[in-house]
Amino acid sequence: MTDAVSTPILSVEDLSVEFGDTRVVENLSFAVKPGRTLAIVGESGSGKSVTSMSIMRLADMMGASYASGAIRFTPDDRKDDLLTLTQKQMRNIRGKDIAMIFQEPMTSLNPVFTIGDQIAESLILHEGMPKSDARAESKRLLDMVRLPDAQELLDRYPHQLSGGMRQRVMIAMALACRPKVLIADEPTTALDVTIQAQILTIIRDLQKELGMAVIFITHDMGVVAEIADDVVVMWKGKKVEEGTVADIFAHPAHPYTQTLLSAVPKLGSMTGEVFPKRFPVTVMDGETPCVVGAEHIQNTARYDEAPLLSVRDLVTRFDIKKGLFGGVSHRVHAVENVSFDIYRGETLALVGESGSGKSTIGRTIQQLQKATAGNISFDGRPFATMGKVEQRRLCQEIQYIFQDPFASLDPRKKIGFSIAEPIRTHRLIEGDKQITARVDQLLERVGLISAHADRYPHEFSGGQRQRICIARALASNPKLIIADEALSALDVSIQAQIINLFMELQEEHGLAYLFISHDMAVVEKMSHRVAVLYLGQVAEIGTRQQVLETPGHPYTQRLLSAVPVADPTFVRDRVLMDGEIPSPIRRVGDEPAILAHREIAPGHFVADAR
Amino acid sequence: MAGFLIKRLLQAVFVVVAVTLIVAFAIRLTGDPALMLSQGAGSITEEDLARIRESLGLNQPFFVQYANFMLGIFSLDFGRSFLGGTQVSTLIGNALPATLMLAFTSMFVSIAISIPLGIKAAVSRGKWPDQVIRILSLVGLSFPNFWLAIMLVLLLSITFRLLPPSGMTGIENFIMPAITMGVILTATNVRLVRTAMLETLQSQYIMVARAKGLSENVVLYKHALRNCAIPLVTYFGLQFGNLLGGIVVVELVFNWPGMGTLAFDAVGARDYPVLQAVITVLSILIVGVNLLVDIAYGLIDPRIRTE
Repeated sequence: MTDAVSTPILSVEDLSVEFGDTRVVENLSFAVKPGRTLAIVGESGSGKSVTSMSIMRLADMMGASYASGAIRFTPDDRKDDLLTLTQKQMRNIRGKDIAMIFQEPMTSLNPVFTIGDQIAESLILHEGMPKSDARAESKRLLDMVRLPDAQELLDRYPHQLSGGMRQRVMIAMALACRPKVLIADEPTTALDVTIQAQILTIIRDLQKELGMAVIFITHDMGVVAEIADDVVVMWKGKKVEEGTVADIFAHPAHPYTQTLLSAVPKLGSMTGEVFPKRFPVTVMDGETPCVVGAEHIQNTARYDEAPLLSVRDLVTRFDIKKGLFGGVSHRVHAVENVSFDIYRGETLALVGESGSGKSTIGRTIQQLQKATAGNISFDGRPFATMGKVEQRRLCQEIQYIFQDPFASLDPRKKIGFSIAEPIRTHRLIEGDKQITARVDQLLERVGLISAHADRYPHEFSGGQRQRICIARALASNPKLIIADEALSALDVSIQAQIINLFMELQEEHGLAYLFISHDMAVVEKMSHRVAVLYLGQVAEIGTRQQVLETPGHPYTQRLLSAVPVADPTFVRDRVLMDGEIPSPIRRVGDEPAILAHREIAPGHFVADAR
Repeated sequence: MAGFLIKRLLQAVFVVVAVTLIVAFAIRLTGDPALMLSQGAGSITEEDLARIRESLGLNQPFFVQYANFMLGIFSLDFGRSFLGGTQVSTLIGNALPATLMLAFTSMFVSIAISIPLGIKAAVSRGKWPDQVIRILSLVGLSFPNFWLAIMLVLLLSITFRLLPPSGMTGIENFIMPAITMGVILTATNVRLVRTAMLETLQSQYIMVARAKGLSENVVLYKHALRNCAIPLVTYFGLQFGNLLGGIVVVELVFNWPGMGTLAFDAVGARDYPVLQAVITVLSILIVGVNLLVDIAYGLIDPRIRTE
């Protein structure tokens, strides 16, 4: 594509969208040219997804009305205002001229139809192709998104494909009729980083090939830096800033953009630091940014004492009953011979992609899952020798914080009740008055106010709910907190604040954290030591500096290089991973090889590469 | 899938055996058929009663009677009725088609009506078509079936003389019984379709289908309907059991010569062979329909088929 084409193909002019009386998009204008990628960036509630749904006029079906504006779509000689078209006219544009890819590849494909049928459907509808031609074209499209065995895939069903493969099928489906505009709504958010890197490359390559305009909706500044030419920043339904990607990153003008960029965790920003560090966070106080917190080195780990938690040769497997009479034919080898220690005041990060077994390890330690083999001891006491009473005590000393703050609070109980529950269960404090006082104190400690105790979970935002979950975890005076993707569902600005909260609490109470995450940049900010998991085994373990700065295992290197960097000037030599992460499901009797580890530096263990 | 079906088939056999055993046992607790048969016959001695019992085979131990009955099933020989001595298989052979025709007609009509209405209600959730459909369905649910049957007879047969009040001689006889059964079935089914559809319409793939530019009818009837078919088919299968239970009352009101009437008369006369046979045939039917439902799962959902 040359720069000769300078007229926009799609321009949104002064668009306002309302749901009932609530205006979710206000006076929004932007334009996108053929061959360019426009990123619309914003956090939850910024109106970015509603904007994309409005362009498709799918927002109508969710009850949206358009209070003002026009969406001009001008391919070739046509000049349509999409807002004035009927749904029937829109159906000729949808999927043909403007196509869309959605966030959740696992739920975007209809589970009861084959891949081939779903792609061919568009071709038959818009191009009037006969069925056999449509099938041949579908195969070509699957080849185009670099799916192996395209011919065979045509007759497969979505559940037989992995998330990354499904998202490629979605792309093939969206591009079937060679659309002029492609809208991608968070297309890689639900994917692992190595798969995200593959998908981004495919979208970029196909855009060049087909010369389409791409509207890329995301909350991830790293992805923006990787893929966008132009950027529109949205905040509370309004556009606050617009410019080329280089400009926005180099000279963000609006205070919100500045806050957003400062909150983005950047992988590599801690290079040379021995300890994790708290950083001041810029938050929006109304319209003006203000800085909270101070820089502080997190030297809390007590390596001079005995480890708080020791895991030795842990194996956790799940049986899959596939046989006629419930016989076990396959097993999920979720965790295979994993060993590590956590010391008081230390944060150990478990990183890995889906299927790496990181959550299973957390659940096994919390006794939510039974170990198949291996030893775990807490505070010097092995799990195996513990009686019922001691095991219950363990539930108090080890607390768990889950990924989804929306699902982990009982919606019918006031949050005061939820926080007080562990105190009552473990009889930590007697007397209602004293318990209420403790709940108030906990709420204030996590940045809420005591009056909140009488409210229900739905009255809080995602970030506030995660604070409530932290307060609940603290209520039982734990020694170890297992945080399972506890920050992944939060917007970056909220995430930065919660990271600091975690670190402050660690210093105050000498807490140890087992921090389970797929996000390398967050891990870099928070952790003392890092363990990289691959297919249930430790690929590499060492201090944060050792693992992130001198990664010894090829998988760690690939993982690190796949993380998008929030800097458009950053040039990388990417080690792209081909294909998929292998499945941890194995036939009974087909045991995986146990990797041997070498110590390449004091405390830095690397598994033999496969 | 094959393993799944074999498992279900074995379960089905077990269910039929259990049902017949319970029925055969329970019916013998209700009293002595010999006494019933000899009522109004003047002075009856204990020897007479014993002779009747012997001729009916009731003097044998329970398990022998049950074993004979079960062995008979395999040759479709259910013995003779205590009343009149007709072959039970002949009685059932006459009654079963009448009941099945009524059951399947009402079921079919109800499904054909409730799917479009349920979808319409789901799509226009909270708006007037939804409200109207929901109110109508609540009204339909509130009718007891015998009341509705009697009202229909009063109105259409006695007041307007449009339809015959009873019997099974022609197509016009089907109308009132089928309406009676159908109204209540439809009222439940509409709500079920609506709920299943509302959930399916939330799915991302429905949005994807719309984003492809497909028409609403294709989105609803092709993409959405098949996805909510699993709970629907499950419920329809279970409903078939209720339907056969409810049919006894409706058959009586309309004097329909079906299994319900047969069973009702048999209960009154403690006619063990007929009652056992009726219930065995009905339970095989219900279990069979639910087995078909299990097969349908695999046809509807590839996730079950390929497992």
